[in-house]
Amino acid sequence: MENNVTRTFKNLEHKNEKALIGYIVGGYPTLELSRGIIEQLILSGVDIIEIGVPFSDPMADGPIIQDAFTKTLNCGIAPKDCLNLVKSIRERHKETPLLLMTYSNILYSNGLEKFLTQSKNCAIDGFIVPDLNFEEADDYLKITTKLGLSTVFLTSPNTSTQRLRKIAVSSTGFVYMVSVFGITGSRNKFEKYTFESVSRSKSIVSSYGKQLAVGFGISNAQDGKKMIESGADGIIVGTSLIKIITNNEHDQSKMMSELDIFVKELKAICKVPN
Amino acid sequence: MKNNTDLGKFGTYGGRYVPETLIPALEDLDKWYRRLKVDKSFQRELSGLLINFAGRPTPLYYANNLSRHLGGPRIYLKREDLLHSGAHKINNTLGQVLIAKKVGKTRIIAETGAGQHGVATSIASAVFDLKSEIYMGAKDVERQQLNVFRMNLLNSKVHSVHSGSKTLKDAINEALRDWIANVQNTHYLIGSVMGPHPFPTMVRDFQSVIGKEIKEQVHKLTGKLPDAVIACVGGGSNAIGSFYPFVNDKKVKLIGVEAGGKGIRTGFHAATLSKGRIGIFHGMKSYFLQDENGQISEAHSISAGLDYPGIGPEHANLRDTDRASYPYVTDKEAVKAFIQLSKLEGIIPALESAHAIAYIIKNAKNFKKDETVVVTVSGRGDKDLQIVRECISGSEVGIEKNMQAKGIGLEDGE
Repeated sequence: MENNVTRTFKNLEHKNEKALIGYIVGGYPTLELSRGIIEQLILSGVDIIEIGVPFSDPMADGPIIQDAFTKTLNCGIAPKDCLNLVKSIRERHKETPLLLMTYSNILYSNGLEKFLTQSKNCAIDGFIVPDLNFEEADDYLKITTKLGLSTVFLTSPNTSTQRLRKIAVSSTGFVYMVSVFGITGSRNKFEKYTFESVSRSKSIVSSYGKQLAVGFGISNAQDGKKMIESGADGIIVGTSLIKIITNNEHDQSKMMSELDIFVKELKAICKVPN
Repeated sequence: MKNNTDLGKFGTYGGRYVPETLIPALEDLDKWYRRLKVDKSFQRELSGLLINFAGRPTPLYYANNLSRHLGGPRIYLKREDLLHSGAHKINNTLGQVLIAKKVGKTRIIAETGAGQHGVATSIASAVFDLKSEIYMGAKDVERQQLNVFRMNLLNSKVHSVHSGSKTLKDAINEALRDWIANVQNTHYLIGSVMGPHPFPTMVRDFQSVIGKEIKEQVHKLTGKLPDAVIACVGGGSNAIGSFYPFVNDKKVKLIGVEAGGKGIRTGFHAATLSKGRIGIFHGMKSYFLQDENGQISEAHSISAGLDYPGIGPEHANLRDTDRASYPYVTDKEAVKAFIQLSKLEGIIPALESAHAIAYIIKNAKNFKKDETVVVTVSGRGDKDLQIVRECISGSEVGIEKNMQAKGIGLEDGE
């Protein structure tokens, strides 16, 4: 079934481009500013936006995203604020995929169906849930299918081929490959196993007609280029964006210009020469 | 009782909610555990260690003075406090380290609250010459300097965790992050019946030695089953260990005592089954203390070992199916029970275990005089002497005043 995510990948393919996926924390540093940041990212060339819903105990995230979550929660930002954030972005960007990245407890705490329905009503395209695997996802898959929400499951370098097949089948958006053994945050250097896993995963995922995007630890254009050369259909950056935001919290114009430069550098390597 | 062990489900609770990176390790651990569970030489090795190193079986002691003082029932104490390391935690750490060794892991990590599980992990790792690193909230490191020293002495490295509330739940988050990064050579030795499958099942099995012994010992003394088994519950490992062999003996009342902290209306407590909601956290579906948006709350208890905002999934199911009940007692009641058991029986219990003692002290009248009640004393109280000492200044009035000054609520439970 076509949705904003698959349509975006198809359009990029026509242009011979790979997807640049940007992650930000909803409501960070403020609700108003995070809206401006998303606008800037889209303007600078990000193809798909992931909005992290702040959670008290983010076990897959490194210190930079944890700190952003803590600060945001201390300001009283709630999941419904993230939903409304998407709703307001959607008014201006009908086709840009807007995904929520959230831990399971946020989805389930007040009733899974209720939260997913509210999300649908706020024009969210789909979900990335780092602590939800397909084995535990029967209800989630049933409801997201019914509502037409995209699902993105994660895979890791140590995921077996057999599991990856199921992950590909369960993912209606793209498959999110975690590049390393570890949590979010930049790495000095990727090891060989990452690039080998990207190639292996790409061939399995694409046999199901799905796309593979790689994230965790990508902090510069060189890293992104290597992921693409290994076969990634898209690259995901998060911590690096949050770092720019945090470092320039009190100088918005500098924040926006640094985001613009960073995104353009990354987008440039997503344009693959023939 | 419906118990789908393949996915580690207890009713609808339990399961495996973790980042994909950990799934292969959990599947592997599950496979190994199933194999070793029925492996005679593994079981022989473990039981040899439990007997010769840890000091099993532990006595079941008839608390004559306490029983008389309360006017019945007949109260027996299961003396896990007499184990090496001073608490039941070692039943589990020896088992898991033995598995890690067989699987070929070279590094052990663990979380700890007060330090009891950290110490028990350090001891078991030392026995098998494995490197161990313990995650402990910065606040707990501050409060439990002596246990930090003890772990260092046993050759463990202690990481002080500064994120979040700087207590047990944050130590678990950090241990999980370490495991995600080092899953290929590292075993995460979870200390309670919590976390993703197979931990709740595996830890329960290792702790069930407590209940098996209780069953045999009570039978030897009375020719019958006990009428009730009572244990304190944080994550719930000593309680499930005490309960599990009795789950199908429907006449045996199973009572898990949660920490009511300063009183459950104050917000400062760890009474997860009284005040929590169903959620997904630390790899499992269970009950958790959380706010209206699903953010996990901080727990509070005078006893660090009960200071956890969740509970093992099997307890959630035992409660929902009415097989066990989960009342709570407050900080104040636990401190009083700590003092009372020390004076009456010459046994200084851990503040955790004092919650179970407090329950029987409060509720003795609800039992018949000739009924047999077993209370598990999960650990000894040496580690809590300082905090209780600060509560005491000689007179009962003094105790209350000091407790108030220390920020301990004076509310009685129900």
